[in-house]
Amino acid sequence: MSAALAASLFAVDPVRFGGLRLRARVGPARELFLSDLAALLPEGTPLRRMPASISEDRLLGGLDLGATLATGQPVAMRGLLGECDGGVIVASMAERISAHTIAHLCTALDTGSLQMEREGMHAIISARFGLVALDEGEEDEGLAPALLDRLAFHVGEPDVEPLASKSEIHQARDLMARVAIDPAQIDELVSVAAAFGIASPRACLFALHAARACAALNGRKQVSAEDLQEAARLVLAPRATQLPAPPEEQQQEQEQEPPADQPEERASDTQPDDDNEINIPEPGAESMVEAVRTALPADLLRKLVSGDPAKRGPQNGGSGLERRTLRRGRPAGSRAGELSGGARLALLDTLRAAAPKQILRKKLLPHGAAHPPLLLRKEDLRIKRLIERTRVATIFVVDASGSQALHRLGEAKGAVQLLLAECYVRRDEAALISFRGKEARLLLPPTRSLARVRRELAQLPGGGGTPLALGISMAANMAETIRRKGDTPVLVFFTDGQANVTASGVGDRAQAETDAIQAARQLRASGTRCLLIDTSPRPQPRARKLADDLGARYLPLPAAQAQKLSAAVKAELPR
Amino acid sequence: MRQVYPFAAIVGQEDMKLALLIAAVDQGVGGVLVFGDRGTGKSTAVRALAALLPKRSVVAGCSYNCAPERTAGLCDTCAPGKTAKSKLEPMPVVDLPLGATEDRITGALDIERALAGGEKKFEPGLLARAHGGFLYIDEVNLLEDHLVDLLLDVTASGENVVEREGFSLRHPARFVLVGSGNPEEGELRPQLLDRFGLCLEVKTPTDMADRIEVVKRRDLFERDRAAFVESWQKEEDKIRRRIKRAQTMIGDVNVPDDVLEKAVKLCMTLGSDGIRGEITLIRAARAAAALDGAKQVTAAHLRKVAPLALRHRLRRNVLDEVDTGVRVARALTEVLPA
Repeated sequence: MSAALAASLFAVDPVRFGGLRLRARVGPARELFLSDLAALLPEGTPLRRMPASISEDRLLGGLDLGATLATGQPVAMRGLLGECDGGVIVASMAERISAHTIAHLCTALDTGSLQMEREGMHAIISARFGLVALDEGEEDEGLAPALLDRLAFHVGEPDVEPLASKSEIHQARDLMARVAIDPAQIDELVSVAAAFGIASPRACLFALHAARACAALNGRKQVSAEDLQEAARLVLAPRATQLPAPPEEQQQEQEQEPPADQPEERASDTQPDDDNEINIPEPGAESMVEAVRTALPADLLRKLVSGDPAKRGPQNGGSGLERRTLRRGRPAGSRAGELSGGARLALLDTLRAAAPKQILRKKLLPHGAAHPPLLLRKEDLRIKRLIERTRVATIFVVDASGSQALHRLGEAKGAVQLLLAECYVRRDEAALISFRGKEARLLLPPTRSLARVRRELAQLPGGGGTPLALGISMAANMAETIRRKGDTPVLVFFTDGQANVTASGVGDRAQAETDAIQAARQLRASGTRCLLIDTSPRPQPRARKLADDLGARYLPLPAAQAQKLSAAVKAELPR
Repeated sequence: MRQVYPFAAIVGQEDMKLALLIAAVDQGVGGVLVFGDRGTGKSTAVRALAALLPKRSVVAGCSYNCAPERTAGLCDTCAPGKTAKSKLEPMPVVDLPLGATEDRITGALDIERALAGGEKKFEPGLLARAHGGFLYIDEVNLLEDHLVDLLLDVTASGENVVEREGFSLRHPARFVLVGSGNPEEGELRPQLLDRFGLCLEVKTPTDMADRIEVVKRRDLFERDRAAFVESWQKEEDKIRRRIKRAQTMIGDVNVPDDVLEKAVKLCMTLGSDGIRGEITLIRAARAAAALDGAKQVTAAHLRKVAPLALRHRLRRNVLDEVDTGVRVARALTEVLPA
C-alpha cells in the first residue's frame, strides 16, 4: 500500500517532493511500478534515466563536441539536470552514485537551478526535477544520507496495489494549492517527528506537503486527521531514529539508564541532546504516533528496539560511500597528442590551440575555396591528462583485549589519533579494526572523515580474550580489498602479541598462537606494508616475533613518542 | 533565479547569523566556515545574506572589479594615480560550484573571440567576479584538491596569478571566503581551515517551539515565495540599516586596554596558534560592537565572538576528546566570568 500511495502523491508534485527512494530488486515488479508512475506524469514531462557513473559534463553540461567543431564556435551542451527541468530523473543503482554527483543533485534539489562554470562557459540553468532513486544496496550500504534527506518518500518493494488514476492525479494537482492546513496540525506533525528522533526540518515539510496532496487526492480542501496520519506514516516512519517513550514510562526509563561510562555501552551519537528530552506530543498527536509506530519497517523497528539506531538508521546510514568515490584522477591540464589508447580529447584546449592559427590557415587556402568554419590540424589536438595518484589507506588494527590494561588501550588510542592527524594532512584514508573476545570487528571502513574515526575510537570498548589470528585475517582481507581498488594499504597493529583465542573463536592459548603465526605469515606473503606497535608495558619478545612473522617494522609503545611514531609510519609509506 | 529565503526569517541560529553579519561589516575578519547537520539552513543563510549587503563602488569598466578608493593592490589598467570613474554595484556573492573547472575559476582565453577574430582576450573568472565581495563554496570539504591548492594560494596572496595559454597576468582577488559543509562527509584540509577567520557549527534546534516555527515559516515561503519575502521586507530593511550603520562607525569603535588584555589572556589560556587568533578575536569583537551600535568593545562582545574566532585554532590534543567549542567555553568562564 505504501509504495503505491507514495508514488501517487509524488506524481502530484514531483518537484516539490524532491523524490522517491525505491529500495527494490530489479525485476518486473519494479519495472511495472516505474512505468505506472511515468504514466501518471503530464504529457511531455521529461523523464530520463541516470546511470550512477554519469560524468560531470553529462550531468551539468559542457562543450558540445560535434556542434563546436561543426560551427567553429563554442556550443554549449545541456547536462542531464538541465534537460530534465520540470521532469523526473530515474537514477539506477543510486547507492553507487559518487559523492560529487550527490553534491550536485543536492544543490539542484535545494535551489532548483544549477550554476555551470565549466570549460569557458558560465550559465545559470533552471533544473527543477523530482528524483526517483532506485536503491539496490545491501543492508549496510545505501543511498547517501544527504540525498536521502531531500527525497520525501522512502519505500521498499513495490506492491501490487494500483496507483491513483490519471484523472485523480490531475484533479489533485489543481486542488493542491488551495488545500488548507490547521496550524495546530503543523504543531502535531513537528512534535511527532521530534518524538521519533527526526532532526531534519525537511522531513516535516515533506510530511506537510504529503498531507496536502493526500487531501487533494481525496478531493478535499482541508487536511484531515487521516491525511496527516497517512503523511506521517509515509514520510516520517522510514526516518525514525528512536521510539517515543509513552509519557508515564518516560520518567522511569530515565532512572534506569545505565551509567554513561560503562564501556560496553555504545552511545547513540546522532542527537545525544535529544535522547533525554523527548517532547511528548499533545493529545491529538497520540494517534499519529501510533500510526507511525505501526508503519515502521520491520527491520528498522528491530534496530530501534535493540537500541542501536545510530549505526544503521536512515539518518546515519550510507557507511563509507565516500570511500569509493572521493578518489578520482586529478586533472592536470592537457598536452598535445593523438587520440589513441583511450585518451580523451580536451576540446577546449584543442580549440585554444587552433584559434590563433585560423586567420593564417584561411589565408593559405586557395582563394574562394569552401572551407569548414574551423580549420583543425592534427597538431592542434590536445588530450586530457589525468594524474591518478594512488591513495594510501592506513588500517589501524587495535587489540582491545583484557591483556591490554585499560590505560594501555588509552595510550594506543592516543597514538592512533596522532597518526590520524598525519593521514589527514596527506588526504589519506584510514580504517579501524579492533579485536577482542571472540571476534574481530570492522569499526570503520576506509574513510577520510576524521570526525567519524575519532568518535569510533572514543567508543571502542575493551576487555576479553585476544583473538589475534582473527584480527590479522580481517586486516589482511581489507588490505586485499584496498589493493584491488588500486590503492595502497598500510597496516598498523597495536598489540602485545599475546594471543589466547583461536581463529575459530575458541579459548586455547597454544592453538591461538599457532593460528596467529599462520595468519601473520599469510599476510606477509601478500607483501603488505606493516608496522607493529608493541603496547605491552615493557617490550616483549613475543611481539617482536610477531612483527617478524608479519614482516612488520617493530616499535615498542613506551618509546613511541609522537615524532618517532609518525616517522615510523612515514617510512612505511610509498613515495 | 528564484527568490531566496529572507535572512531575517531564519529561526534561531544566532551564531551563524552573527558570524555572517560580522563578515559583512568587516571583510578583514577573513571568511566564515559553517559546519553542521543537514537541513539546518547553512546555505540558505549565506544566500540570504547576499540580499542584505550594501552596494559597493568599483572602477567603471574594470574587468577585475577594482575598488576606486584603493591606492595599492589594483590591476594593471587601474594603476594608482589615474582618476577613474566609479560606479555603484551590488556586492557580489559568487558561488563556486563543486563542478567548476579551473579555467572558469582563474579565468582563461576568451575562446569565442579567439575563434571568431583570432583575438587574444582574457576572460576573467570567478575569482575576479568575487573580488571585493564574497566567494561561497557549499560542500567545501568535497572540493577537488587541485582547486583547494589554487584557493589557498589566492587567499594567501590576495591576487590571482594567471600563467596559461600565453597569458601572463595578475589581478587582485581579495574576497571573504564562505564555506559550508557536513564534517561527516569528509574533513577539511587543515591549511584551508586556517584561511577562515570565523568557524562555527550549527545544530538542529532542540527547542520544540523553534522547530515548529522553522517548519511553519518554510512552508509559508514555499507556498508563496513573493508574498513571504514581501512580509519580511521591513525586518530585512532593519538588518540592512544595521549593517550600514556598523560599517560607517566601525572605525570609531574603541577597544579599551582591559578588554584587549583579556582577549590576549584568553588566547594564551587556550594556547591557540600564532597571533592570528588575537587579531581575529579583536576585529570580530569590534564588528560585533558596531553591529550593536556601541562605541566601546566590552567583555560581553568578546564573550559572544570568542567561540567563533577561536575554536578552529586550538591545537588538537590527541588524548582530549572534548569538543573544541567546549574548551573555548571553559576558558571563557575562567578568563571572562559573566
